[in-house]
Amino acid sequence: MTRFKLNPLNQRRWQNFKQNRRGYISLWVFSILFVITLLAEVVANDKPLLLWYDGSPYFPTFVTYPETTFGGEFELEMDYRQDFARELIEPNGWMLWPPIRYSYDTINYARIAPAHPSLENWLGTDDQGRDVLARVIYGFRISVLFGLALTFFSTIIGVAVGALQGFYGGKIDLFGQRFIEIWSGMPNLYLLIILSSFVEPGFWWLLGIMLLFQWMALVDVVRAEFLRGRNLEYVRAARALGMTNGRLMFRHILPNAMIATVTFMPFILTGAITTLTSLDFLGFGLPAGSPSLGELIAQGKNNLQAPWLGITAFLVMSIMLTLLVFIGEACRDALDPRKYYSN
Amino acid sequence: MHWTRENTIQTKELRLENRTVMDNPLLAINDLRIRFQQGENSVDAVKGVSFSVNAGETVGLVGESGSGKSITALSILQLLPENAQCSGEISFANEALLNFSKSQMRRIRGHKISMIFQEPMTALNPLHTIEKQICEVLGIHLGLKSSEATAKALELLELVGIRDAESRLKAYPHELSGGQRQRAMIAMALACEPTLLIADEPTTALDVTVQRQILSLLTDLQQKLGMAILFISHDLNLIRHVSDRICVMKDGEIVEQGVTESVFKAPQHPYTIDLLNAEPDGEPEPLKENPANLVTGKKIKVWFPIKKGLFKKTVGHVKAVTDLSLTIHQGETLGIVGESGSGKTTLGMALLKLQISEGLIQFEDTRIDNMNQNQFRPLRREMQIVFQDPFGSLSPRMTVADIVGEGLDIHKLATEANREGLIIAALTDVGLDPECRHRYPHEFSGGQRQRISIARALALKPKLIVLDEPTSALDRTVQSQIIDLLRNLQKKYNLSYIFISHDLAVVKAMSHRIIVMQAGEIVEQGNTQQIFNQPVEAYTRELISAAFESQKSA
Repeated sequence: MTRFKLNPLNQRRWQNFKQNRRGYISLWVFSILFVITLLAEVVANDKPLLLWYDGSPYFPTFVTYPETTFGGEFELEMDYRQDFARELIEPNGWMLWPPIRYSYDTINYARIAPAHPSLENWLGTDDQGRDVLARVIYGFRISVLFGLALTFFSTIIGVAVGALQGFYGGKIDLFGQRFIEIWSGMPNLYLLIILSSFVEPGFWWLLGIMLLFQWMALVDVVRAEFLRGRNLEYVRAARALGMTNGRLMFRHILPNAMIATVTFMPFILTGAITTLTSLDFLGFGLPAGSPSLGELIAQGKNNLQAPWLGITAFLVMSIMLTLLVFIGEACRDALDPRKYYSN
Repeated sequence: MHWTRENTIQTKELRLENRTVMDNPLLAINDLRIRFQQGENSVDAVKGVSFSVNAGETVGLVGESGSGKSITALSILQLLPENAQCSGEISFANEALLNFSKSQMRRIRGHKISMIFQEPMTALNPLHTIEKQICEVLGIHLGLKSSEATAKALELLELVGIRDAESRLKAYPHELSGGQRQRAMIAMALACEPTLLIADEPTTALDVTVQRQILSLLTDLQQKLGMAILFISHDLNLIRHVSDRICVMKDGEIVEQGVTESVFKAPQHPYTIDLLNAEPDGEPEPLKENPANLVTGKKIKVWFPIKKGLFKKTVGHVKAVTDLSLTIHQGETLGIVGESGSGKTTLGMALLKLQISEGLIQFEDTRIDNMNQNQFRPLRREMQIVFQDPFGSLSPRMTVADIVGEGLDIHKLATEANREGLIIAALTDVGLDPECRHRYPHEFSGGQRQRISIARALALKPKLIVLDEPTSALDRTVQSQIIDLLRNLQKKYNLSYIFISHDLAVVKAMSHRIIVMQAGEIVEQGNTQQIFNQPVEAYTRELISAAFESQKSA
C-alpha cells in the first residue's frame, strides 16, 4: 500500500512546518523530553536497573525480589537504598543504578525536609523529603499523558457532534447548539470541584469529569466546516454516485474539517494541562501522593522559605506550555493554505 | 438602444476618421515581463508583451484562460500580488507608471485609469450602499463634498441607465440584479471620467440578453466621454464587435495584433485560426426509430418556502420549478436552456433526487419519486451527473484512480482483480492517459479535470448523465473537444443526456430536443432544428438573437 507515503498536500504542509524553525525545534525538544519522561522508571528510580548477584542477573525495576533472595532476613521487598542492602549485595556482585536514585515517592530521610538543591538531590527535596527532580519527571509525564488523553477523547466527541450537527442541520443542529450554549455557560471549574469531591478522583475519573466540559471546544469549527462542506460540488458528486451519508462524512468532508481540528489540538492540550494543574493546586486533582506539577506549585506557595520548589514548578510549567504553544503555531502555519515560505 | 451590426461599423469608421493620428499613444506597453515567485519555483506569466492604446480607441485583448491577459491588465494599475516581479515599460500619457511611487499610483487608479471586473457581486462591497461606494471615489479623487458627490452619483447612475436611479442610490449590492450591479460598477469606474477604462471580462458573468445591453452601454459611453477602452475577453464574437484593434495572447505572449476586421478576415497565426474555428458546431447523431422512454417526469415542482418571523411562518415561495413535465428517450440528448435563476439546475437535481421535489418521476418502469434515499441508492449508478466547475467537483485529496474508482467501490462493481482495469478503461474512454491515474486533480487543466469528472460518471456504466453546464468554465477550443467527446460516448454506449446550459451554441451542437425555461416553467419545447429555425415564443427569439446575431452577421 502507498498509504504511508504522504500525498503532495501533506508533503507541502510538512515542509511549511519545518520552515517555522521555532516550532520545529520545539517539537524536537518536546519529543525528547516526552520520551525521557515516558521512561521515567529507568531514569529516576529507587531500585537499580540491573543487579548482578551470585553470578546471575536480577532486574529490580521490573521484578519485585524479597530480601531473602539476597540473603536477608525478612520476606519484605528489598530496599536497595539502605546501607545493609549494599553490604549484602556488593561482596557478591554489583548494582547498576539509574542516573537519579529516587522515585517520585522515595523519601530521603537523611536530610531535613525541605532540603535545598545539592549533589544528592539536584533540585532539592519537597516538604516531605521527596526528590523534586524525580517528582518533576513523573509529573511531566502524567500531565502530558493526561492532556493527550483528554485531547484525544474530546476531539473524537467534538468532531462527531460537530459533524452530525453540521451535516444534518435542521432540528439536530438547532437543539444541539442550544444545549451546548447552556452547557458551556456552566461554571465548570466549580462543577469539577464538586464532582471530584463525590468520588475519589483517580486518573480516569478526573479524565471523565473534565471531558464533560472539554468536548465542546471543537464542535463549532467542525460544524461550520460540515455546513460548508456538504454543499461542495465534489461532495454532491459523491452523493450522486450513491455514497451513504456516513461514508460521505468520513471520506469527503472530514478531511476538510481536520485542518481546523489539527490547528486547535495543541491549544486544547495546553488548556487541559493547565486545568489539571490548577485542580491539583487546589487539592481536588489527582490522589494525594501522586507526582503532580500542581501539587508542587502548592508546595512552593506553602514553603516560601524553600524557593527552589516554586521556581522549579514555574520553570517546568512555563517551558512545557511554551513548547506546546510554539508547536501549535507551527501547525497552524503548516495548515494555512495561503502561507508560502520562500527559501 | 438597439444594437445592430451596421451602426457599430459606422461608428467605428467615424471614430477612426476623427482620431488624429498621434505620435504618442495614451498607453504604451513595451516588453512587459511578469514573473511569479512561489517558493523555489518561478512562473513566467507574461513574456515580453508590447502593445499600445490610443486615446478614444478600443483595444481588445483576447486569449484563453491562463494566457496572461488579466495579469497584463492588473500590471498597468500595479495591482499585482506581492510575489510578482514586473519588468519592462508601461507608459501612460508619457509617464512611466512602473517608476511611480505608491501614492502617485493611487492618484492614477480610479481617476485616470479605472477598471471593471468580471464578477460584479464580489467587486462591490456588500456592506455599503451604492451611493457610498460611488461617492467614496468622488471624494478621494475630486475632493467633492458629500452633497455634491451625491448629486454626481445620481447623474452617473442615470448615465449608465439604471432605472429609478434615485431610489437605487440607497440600495445594497445584493438588492440589485447582476446587470444592474455591473452598471453600478461602470458608474463607479466612470466617476472621475478616466481617460482609460480597463474592462476585464465585464460581461462574462452575465446572461446573454444582459450582456448585450452592457456592451452597447459601454460603446455608447465611450462616444460620449471619449475615453479609451482596453477590453479583455475570451469571447471572440464580443471582441469583434467592440474593438478597433485586437491583440491575441497565448502563454504570456502576443501572437498576433492588428485591426480587428483584418485579423478576423485573414488571421495569420495558426493559434488565431484555431481560436476562430473553435465555435462549437455539428449536430448529435440522429436517434434510432421509436426509442424507449428512459425518464419521465410529470408535474415536477420544487418550491422553496420563504419563512419569516419568530414562528417561521411561510409567507411565500421561491418557485424554482413549477409543474414541469418532460420525457427523455434512450440515447437522446435533451437540452435545457434558460438564463441564470430559471430553475434548470434545480430541475436536473430533482430528477436525480438530489433535491426534494413533488410530482411523479419514473426511471424506465420504476417510480422513483416515492422511494427514500436508501431504496434509491442502487439506482444511482444508472443516473450520473457532471458538474460545471471542474475545480470544485473533484476532491483535492484523492488521486484520479480513487476518484474514478469510488463509484465502483460503492456499488461493488469491481473485484480486487479488475478494478484497476475498469478505471483504466474509463480513463481511456474519455481520452486521458491511464498513466495519470496516480496523480492528483490539481496537476490537471480545466479540460482534463472535466474529463476526469466524466470518467467518474462513466465508470458506473450509467444510462443517463445529467450534464450541468459542463463546458461553461472551459475555453472555447477545449469546449469543442469536450462536446466531441460527449457525442462519441453517447454513440458508443447509447447514453441519454440532460444537457443544461445557458450557452445556446453549445446546446445546439449537442441536443436532439430542447426545453426553454424561464422562471421555473417551460416556455417552449421542441426539436432543436425547429426551435432554432422557427422559434414561436418571443422569449426564445430574444435568447436566440442575443446569442447568434453576432455569428450570423459575421
